[in-house]
Amino acid sequence: MEQKDVIIIGGGPAGLAAALELHKAGVTDLLILEREDKLGGILRQCIHDGFGLGRFGESLSGPEYAQRFIESVETLHIPYLLNATVTDLTNDKVVTVVTADGIRTIQAKAVVLAMGCRERSRGALGIPGERPAGVFTAGTAQAYMNLYNRMPAKEVVILGSGDIGMIMARRLTLEGAHVQAVFEIMSHPSGLPRNIIQCLEDYDIPLYLSHTVTDIHGDTRLTGVTVSQVDEHLQPIAGTEKKYDCDTLILSVGLLPDNKLTRTAGIEIDPHTRGAYVDEFMQTEIPGVFSAGNVLHVHDLVDFVSMEAEHLARCAAKYVQGEELPACEIGIQPAAGVGHTIPQAVSGENDFQLSLRVRDHYGDCRIVVKQDGREVAVKRMKKAIPAEMIQFQVKADKIIGKNALEVSVEC
Amino acid sequence: MKGEYDVVVIGAGVVGSAIARELSRYQLHIGVMEKNLDVCNETSGRNSAVVHGGFAYDANTLKAKFCVAGNRMMGDLSEELDFPFQRCGKVLVGNTDEDMEQLKRTMKQGGINGATGLELIDEKKLHELVPAVIGKFAMWSKNSGIMDPFLFTVSLAENAAQNGAEFLFRHEVTGIDRADDSYCIHTNQGDYKTRWIVNAAGLGCKQISDMLGITGYRVIGSKGNYIILDKRLGPLLPMPVYPVPSNTYMGIHVTPTVDGNVTVGPDAENVTDFSYYGVPQKNIDALARSGSDLWPHINKADQIRNFSGILPKWVDENGVIQDFKIEVKDDIAPRAVNLVGIESPGLTGAVPIAQYVVELIKDREPLAKNDRFVPEHKSIQRFATASLEERNALIAKDPAYGEMICSCEQVTKAEIRAALHNPLGVSTMTGIKYRTRAMMGTCQSGFCQMKIERLIEEELGLAPNEVVYSRPDSWVLTGKMREED
Repeated sequence: MEQKDVIIIGGGPAGLAAALELHKAGVTDLLILEREDKLGGILRQCIHDGFGLGRFGESLSGPEYAQRFIESVETLHIPYLLNATVTDLTNDKVVTVVTADGIRTIQAKAVVLAMGCRERSRGALGIPGERPAGVFTAGTAQAYMNLYNRMPAKEVVILGSGDIGMIMARRLTLEGAHVQAVFEIMSHPSGLPRNIIQCLEDYDIPLYLSHTVTDIHGDTRLTGVTVSQVDEHLQPIAGTEKKYDCDTLILSVGLLPDNKLTRTAGIEIDPHTRGAYVDEFMQTEIPGVFSAGNVLHVHDLVDFVSMEAEHLARCAAKYVQGEELPACEIGIQPAAGVGHTIPQAVSGENDFQLSLRVRDHYGDCRIVVKQDGREVAVKRMKKAIPAEMIQFQVKADKIIGKNALEVSVEC
Repeated sequence: MKGEYDVVVIGAGVVGSAIARELSRYQLHIGVMEKNLDVCNETSGRNSAVVHGGFAYDANTLKAKFCVAGNRMMGDLSEELDFPFQRCGKVLVGNTDEDMEQLKRTMKQGGINGATGLELIDEKKLHELVPAVIGKFAMWSKNSGIMDPFLFTVSLAENAAQNGAEFLFRHEVTGIDRADDSYCIHTNQGDYKTRWIVNAAGLGCKQISDMLGITGYRVIGSKGNYIILDKRLGPLLPMPVYPVPSNTYMGIHVTPTVDGNVTVGPDAENVTDFSYYGVPQKNIDALARSGSDLWPHINKADQIRNFSGILPKWVDENGVIQDFKIEVKDDIAPRAVNLVGIESPGLTGAVPIAQYVVELIKDREPLAKNDRFVPEHKSIQRFATASLEERNALIAKDPAYGEMICSCEQVTKAEIRAALHNPLGVSTMTGIKYRTRAMMGTCQSGFCQMKIERLIEEELGLAPNEVVYSRPDSWVLTGKMREED
C-alpha cells in the first residue's frame, strides 16, 4: 500500500496552514487532499475583506488570505490533489480517496482532519411550510454569486444573524436585490458586531431580534414567508404573525463541523463542539489523528483557524518524528456559563491555549479555570458574548495532580 | 391537432407509468400526459414507500386483490426494471387486549385476501426483529417490504418510453370532447386526438372523470405529513414498525427507507386543496411524539427534512371510503378506462392495476403484440453502493465516475450526466435529485446544487434563468450577474 507520513484532509485554511507548518518542522512527505477544483476552501467565496487582521496585521479578502498560503504551498512544492474526495478513513489511518484517475488507498503515519464545516439547513431547523425553490443557505447563495456568477434572488428575507447571512445581505443589496429584513430568533445577534454595522446598518437593512420564520409559502418559486415574534422560550407568539412577500429566503442559522469522516473512523464526537475530543496536542482519541479548524469547533475568525492548525502541525510533526506526546489524563469540563472548550484534555506538563465560547451575554466578568476549587487561570473580560470565541493561555505550573479542570464564567 | 395517439394515459404517476408500460407490450401509439415536469411528482412520490402485504383491506376488494398480486411480483419486477426493493418484512405492534383482537382479525382477513407470511409474535421475538421497539406483541408480515417509489416509477416510465410510449410533460388536460370513434383532448399545449383514454390522474381523477362525462364521484384528499431522519438511524431499524391498524388508516409508523434514512408518518387529515403540501409545525412535533411511542430513537437533531402527500379517496355520500374504481362505461364514455380513488395500496398494486386496465381494453378490441417489446430496464449505476472493484472499473471506463459532485451521498458526475440525459427528457433539479440521490444528504444540497445547476446548463444548453427546481415556473436563478467571456 502507498505510504505517507501525513495526509491532510481538506485544503482550506486549516489544511493549508497545517501543511506549511509541518513542512517547516521538517515533515515533507505530505499530501493534501482537496475535494474542490482549487485550494482555499470556503475562503474562495468570501470576497469581502476583514481577514488576516490577527495573522498578518492587515485586512485581506478571503481569496487574498488563502493565496498567501497557497503560494507558499506551491513554492515549497508541497503535494496536493484536487477534485479528490476522501470516502473512507479507518481507525488505523488508512485513507481512501476517489479521483478521476482512480481510487487510491494510502497508509498514513498521521492524519490531519481539516474538513471544515457546513451550514445548518432548512430541514435541520424543521421550518414548516411548503417547499418552493428560492430557499438557500447563505453560503449556497454566496457560492452561486461569487464562484458561479449566478444571481439567485430579487426580493429577499434573511433568517438568522450569522456572519455569512449579514455579509450576504450587503452582497445581495450591492448586486441589485432588495433585502427586506434580517430576522433572528435569539434576543441577541449571533454574528460579529462589526458585521451588524458594516453590512446591515450601513445599508438600512433592519434586524429584528426574537423573530423567526414560521411558515413558507409558494408551490413553485417562493412567494413569501410568515414571520412571528418568539417568547423567552423561543416559541412563536400567536397573533404576531406577519407575512412578507419575497422570492428568496436566505438561511444563516448556524454552522456545523463536518465530521462524517471522523465518525467513519470511529472517533467519538463531543455533542457540545460537534467535533472530535482533542487534547492539548490537537490529537483525537486515535493516536496520530489530529483535528483543527472548523471541523473541530466553529470559529468566527479564520486567523484563529490558521493558528490552531499551525499548533496542530507542530505537535503532529513531533508525533511523526517519533517523539512521544505525553498522556493527557486531565479532563477540561465546561461549567457555569461555558458552552464548550478546546482542548478537552491536557497533560498538565505544558502551558496550553484554551479556546471557549460562553453561553450567554455577560458584561464585566471573569473566565475562571479551576482545579479542585482552586483557581488555575483567570481571564478578565469587559464583555463576553457567544458570537466571539475567547482564547487565553493557561500555565501548567498551577495544575497539580490529575483531577479535572473546570471552566466557568463568574460575574 | 398537435398529435394523434391510439391511447392517451392521463397522469404519469406510478399507475399511469405502469399502464403505459403494459400498453407498450402491444402495437399501440401511446401518449402519457402529465401536467408536472416529471413523473411521480404527487401521490406516487409522497408516501411511506412500503410494499404492503395485503392484509389491511376488506376481503374481496380490488385493493386486497391488487395489493397481494403486486406484493408477489415485486421481487421479479425489481430485478427486471432495476429499482431498489427489500422484502424486509414489517411488524404491527400492540399492547392491549383490544390490540390483540384487532391483530387476530387482521390476520384472518389477510388469510382470506391471500396474504402469506403472517405470524403473531411475542415480545421476545419482536425484540429480536427490531431491538428497541416499544410493544408487548406484534403481527409480523414477512412478505412486506420497502422500495424506492421514485425509481420504481422512473423505471416503469423509462421502460415504457424505450418501448415507444411518448411522455408529454407540462401538459395539463383542460377538456375532453368525444367524436364517434375518437376523443379530442384539449390541453394547455394544444389539442390531441386519441382513440382510447385512460384516466390515471390520481388527485385529478374526478376532474378527468367529469370531462369524460362520468359524473357523480366524490373524491376527498387525505393529507399525511412525514418527517425524515438522518441515515445514522437507518441501521437501527431493520423493518417498518406500525401500530395496530384499522381498515381505513394504517396509523403513524416508523419506516426505514431503502437508502438508510427513517421516515415517521403519516398523520391523516381531510383536505380540499389538493396542491398544498405545506407541513405545519404542530404536525411535525406531533409526529415525533407519536413515532416515539413505537421507537425511542426520534430526536430533533436527526430530523433532516419533512414532506407531505395527499391520497385521493373515493367516498360515498356518508364519507365512507370505497374500493378502487376501475371501469369502462361503454354507454357514456366508450374506449375510456376510468380509474377513480387509486390511493394506497396503489404503489404496491400499480402493475396488477395496469394489467387489469389492459384486460379491459383487450375485452373490447384485439391488441396486436409488440414483438420488439423489451421488458428489461437498467437504472443509473450508482457509485455509492458499488464495491471497491466495481468503483475502479467504473472510473476506468468513465473518469467522471471519479469526480464526486455530492459528497454526502457520494454521487459522481457520471451519474448526474446520466440522469440529465434520461430517456424521458426531464431537466429539473429534483429530477436529478430523485434519480441519483444527489442533494438528498446531510447538507441538503449546500455544497453541490451549484455544480448540478451548472451541469444542467452545460449538458442541456439551458440559460441560467431557464433552469427550474421542480414545477413549472420554479426558477432557481434570475440569470448571470456579469457577462462572461
